Amino acid sequence: MSACVQDAPLPHRPAARPPVRPGWTGEPLRLAALLAPAAAVFAAFFLLPLVRLILIGAGGTAGWSAYLTTLADSGHLDSLISTLALSAGVTLVTLAVSTVAGLFLVRNRFPGHALLVALLTFPLAFPGVVIGFMVIMLAGRQGLIGTITQALGAGKLVFAYSMAGLFLGYVYFSIPRVILTVMAAAEKLDPRLEEAARSLGASSWRVVADVILPALKPALISAGALCFATSMGAFGTAFTLATRINVLPMTIYTEFTLQANIAAAAALSVLLGLITWAALAVARSVAGTSVAAAG
Amino acid sequence: MPDSVMQNSFHLDAVPIRLERCGKTFAGGARALEPLDLTIRGGETIVFLGPSGCGKTTTLRIIAGLESPDPDGRVLFGEEDVTALPIERRNVGMVFQSYALFPNMTVAENVAYGLKVRKIARADRGRRVEEMLDLMHLGEFAGRRIDQLSGGQRQRVALARALVVRPRVLLLDEPLTALDAKLRDSLRLEIDRLLRGLGITAVYVTHDQGEAMALGDRIVVMAKGRVAQVGTPREIYYQPADGFVADFIGTMNRLGGLSRGGTLSIGSATLPWSGPEGAVELLVRPEDLALAGEADGHLGGTVAAAVFLGDRTRLVVEPADGPALTVDAAGRSELGRGDRVWLRVDPARVLAVP
Ligand SMILES: Nc1ncnc2c1ncn2[C@@H]1O[C@H](COP(=O)(O)OP(=O)(O)O)[C@@H](O)[C@H]1O
Ligand SMILES: [Mg+2]
Repeated sequence: MSACVQDAPLPHRPAARPPVRPGWTGEPLRLAALLAPAAAVFAAFFLLPLVRLILIGAGGTAGWSAYLTTLADSGHLDSLISTLALSAGVTLVTLAVSTVAGLFLVRNRFPGHALLVALLTFPLAFPGVVIGFMVIMLAGRQGLIGTITQALGAGKLVFAYSMAGLFLGYVYFSIPRVILTVMAAAEKLDPRLEEAARSLGASSWRVVADVILPALKPALISAGALCFATSMGAFGTAFTLATRINVLPMTIYTEFTLQANIAAAAALSVLLGLITWAALAVARSVAGTSVAAAG
Repeated sequence: MPDSVMQNSFHLDAVPIRLERCGKTFAGGARALEPLDLTIRGGETIVFLGPSGCGKTTTLRIIAGLESPDPDGRVLFGEEDVTALPIERRNVGMVFQSYALFPNMTVAENVAYGLKVRKIARADRGRRVEEMLDLMHLGEFAGRRIDQLSGGQRQRVALARALVVRPRVLLLDEPLTALDAKLRDSLRLEIDRLLRGLGITAVYVTHDQGEAMALGDRIVVMAKGRVAQVGTPREIYYQPADGFVADFIGTMNRLGGLSRGGTLSIGSATLPWSGPEGAVELLVRPEDLALAGEADGHLGGTVAAAVFLGDRTRLVVEPADGPALTVDAAGRSELGRGDRVWLRVDPARVLAVP
């Protein structure tokens, strides 16, 4: 079977062309020439600033050991831990909500279906600042939730200006992307697989556990990694809610603008980048598919 | 293969199936199946045969419990009314055209799945999976991933997975359609021996009349959501109920004839006849048209094409008027394009459609 695939000439390559010898002639040279502009852009806009950032991180009074001492600062370490916990929590909740909602939306057609999908994906268009406004309108001092709880005599519930508010905002912001990914993957599920499992006696829950989730796993891992990376690096929402929220991007901002502690800010930035990159790399190797880093 | 089935103690109950007024109207009002009454005997292999879109799969899915029949319909397994039972509680084995094997499990895990769902103890499970893999000649593939198997091997795994739980009924929806011709023949033989050896009631859906003839104890020919005919392969082939069945199964020639007062005129010949009177359309199989000499032939024509098939030469003969006829001559026949031939019709083997 695979033999026919191998034997078939590749469509984009003329079969009659003589093989190209390895070495710095012909094909490789041409490839290098084609890659040069991309390499230049990569160096100018990515590599050089990154190297500069790494050097700045080591440029303070503490030198290279700044990368360790930054974390010895309990404020910084707390900030890192709470950012990790927040991002992990946001990722898990987002995956759970989006998987259920995405599967439901793919499996059930009803009047208003298209409108609902459009509404659910609406937050994609908002910057973090707007998400922050919305959280305040919902759970702020004049917010909807507070008004309701007050009317019910339970006192005014306000949680917009804390980690809980940020959590809500991030989940709200992350759900659209993950739902879209889940829906795309769920459309491709082979209904025969589920029918086969059911014919063998599997209940709905077993079908979900044994057939649907394994099939969605690559999509969930890649969407989850993106969600995690985005939550690690997001800034606008936290900035809108309160400057006291202790997440890493806020800490970096404070060190940089208020304390003028540029070396610490750079060291934390590199650290944030490394952790996020590692999360994506792990997801990529587990999922076996390529996962692009968030923009 | 037959030996291994016989030696094996593996023999399944032969549960009869009864469909009563099983029709199907899909949401949106499309009528996929006219109300259908059918009894499938215990242990019988019944084949649903018909062109694409005629409602075969819908009928199979109603039996499986994947679709429910329109309100009035009932499905019975033996004496038990299973109409309201979903598929997971009907204990049916299913085999699909696309194999539908679980890609995240090995061959052995796929086969074990139904036993695991039934909470069969691990040791017992292992033994039964091994027994089943041996029966299907899959022992050496137990640890393989599904994407490391050929199509034929995949379908054998699917059969093993469906049978290991000892289903009451085995349902197969075009199981050979995705395979290439050679594999299809060998797996068809294997399925045939398996079904006979196990004694299970089996419903087999196909659009391929060769498969239907080879596998079915009885064939249900379907057309546009209706049953056109139910019968053994011989009945379907030699006594087709109507022109549709006749054309769908094998090759059928059509001849115009005129019958009057116990005689039938075909071409220049007049034959004794006991069928309907008047202008009739006659259906006759290629093998029932014989080549003859000018003196004893009934119908003259010119050979338009001759295809050598080894054991026979298939001729397309154009008579003076009427549609071309397909006739089988001996393999060694030297007849070719443009030759003039005479054909004899045996009136006993001719079917008349008024
Ligand atoms: N889920 C469905 N919804 C609407 N129409 C359907 C559905 N499934 C099948 N049909 C229609 O019912 C008819 C019979 O289909 P099917 O039983 O699959 O035919 P076959 O298996 O003989 O090719 C077809 O016209 C098909 O389009
Ligand atoms: Mg079908």
